[in-house]
Amino acid sequence: MLKIDNINTFYGKIQALKNVSIEVSEGEIITLIGANGAGKSTTLMSISGIVPARTGKIYFEGQEISSLEPDQIVGLGISQVPEGRRIFPNLTVRENLDLGAFLRKDKAAIHKDLDMVFELFPILAQRRHQAGGTLSGGEQQMLAISRAIMGRPRLLLLDEPSLGLAPLIVQQIFEIITQINQENKTTIFLVEQNAYLALKIAHRGYVMETGTVTLTDTGANLMQNEEVKNAYLGV
Amino acid sequence: MNYFTEVVLSGLTRGSIYALIALGYTMVYGIIELINFAHGEIYMIGAFTALILASVLTIFGFNTIAILFLASIIAIVYSAMYGYTMEKVAYKPIRNSQRLSALISAIGMSMFLQNYVRIAQTSDFLPFPRIIPRFPWLSALPISMSSAQFMIFASTAVVMVLLTFLIKFTKIGKSMRAASQDKVMAKLLGVNVNKVISVTFIIGSATAALGGILISSYTGQINFYIGFLAGIKAFVAAVLGGIGSIPGAVLGSFVLGLTESLGAGYISSDYEDVFAFIILAVILIVKPAGILGKGQIEKV
Repeated sequence: MLKIDNINTFYGKIQALKNVSIEVSEGEIITLIGANGAGKSTTLMSISGIVPARTGKIYFEGQEISSLEPDQIVGLGISQVPEGRRIFPNLTVRENLDLGAFLRKDKAAIHKDLDMVFELFPILAQRRHQAGGTLSGGEQQMLAISRAIMGRPRLLLLDEPSLGLAPLIVQQIFEIITQINQENKTTIFLVEQNAYLALKIAHRGYVMETGTVTLTDTGANLMQNEEVKNAYLGV
Repeated sequence: MNYFTEVVLSGLTRGSIYALIALGYTMVYGIIELINFAHGEIYMIGAFTALILASVLTIFGFNTIAILFLASIIAIVYSAMYGYTMEKVAYKPIRNSQRLSALISAIGMSMFLQNYVRIAQTSDFLPFPRIIPRFPWLSALPISMSSAQFMIFASTAVVMVLLTFLIKFTKIGKSMRAASQDKVMAKLLGVNVNKVISVTFIIGSATAALGGILISSYTGQINFYIGFLAGIKAFVAAVLGGIGSIPGAVLGSFVLGLTESLGAGYISSDYEDVFAFIILAVILIVKPAGILGKGQIEKV
């Protein structure tokens, strides 16, 4: 479904990604784990077209997307929940969700999805008229995921959904992620520092170090891998 | 009618015009954090275009109402195109450079447009035709309001209502608010931020041009320089209200307009223009974020 073919991405003169290649098949949950600054977020930003790769190509369902604008990429069915959630603080919860469906025109289906999101996260329904900035961290993460779902993506990119949240909330968020994958048939590309949780729900995983993919295997195998255990699982 | 009402009425007239210009300043600032110093020139170009069109239409023998509407609408559209082009030519290519570059580009654009009009037209004051017809029913009102003043109040009110509706409830309005809060996130949701910026310039230029046309038919004369002072004062109004805030710009404009009129009417008309800058100095000392502006908290 998604094929990242040997991309190199730079911030000015600094190279953030070196010859990165990743493949994601339809229906999968794949995870990209690695330390701070390894280039995980940059990988997602390159897919979304915010920080385009300087060389190399990215294909989505056979179509090259590495030269497209961010809004065109969203239009093809790739949504991202970026790191830090990036809720619009002065817009209400409802307006944040409406913006998630910005490119859609099917009003009836949008309404149905809104109901679905409110069912998934009842707290958002309660707070729908409240400004996004007044929500707690966990609620903002729920809103950020819901906003992305409102775009009905076929591929959902999630960047550090567990960041700064209480363990109980993290548990809940990860359950929802699995649910979205199974019930909506949404393919998921999950970037996480919490390697244990990520590998537990992922079908396959990639390990990234200083801008390069160093290891790839199934989630279960990576959990047993000695290097991964030592470096990321803390056992 | 007593003197006080007259002074207040003239203050509200000024305030309305400042508001029409300040909207463009504040909307552009809200989205790309640029003080578009060439914004006042759009106001001047709007007035000039309307003058030329009104003269041509008069030669062709159109009646007053037709001239008013045709000249205004064409001039507004034409000025909006100027605003659109200005952004594409002077600001878009340097959007990712330092903020100072864009500011200098804006000042350059302002000088260019002023001198372009000076050369293409004239540096003398030109009489502006009274394109607003007399409304006889206005004399039935308890206060004496000229038809130009009535037109200014009515148009400003309509623009404010339309703009509020546009920004609060329409899709483009929501994407404008989103882009002003977080451009990257807006892009990640499929908002074409370039288009949003263009629309902002188009709307701001259209309201400024409307202001230019209205005030010129009220004062009855224009030259290439009218945009400069009006632009600076509208800028003061926008800062006074809190730059980036639309209700703030409107409030700031009326505060400024009333202060100027009351100051000129009761203290001295020689210092009319000085009041605007006294207000600017005071607000920058007392409340730098403006009346309705939110102070930015820098998180470390």
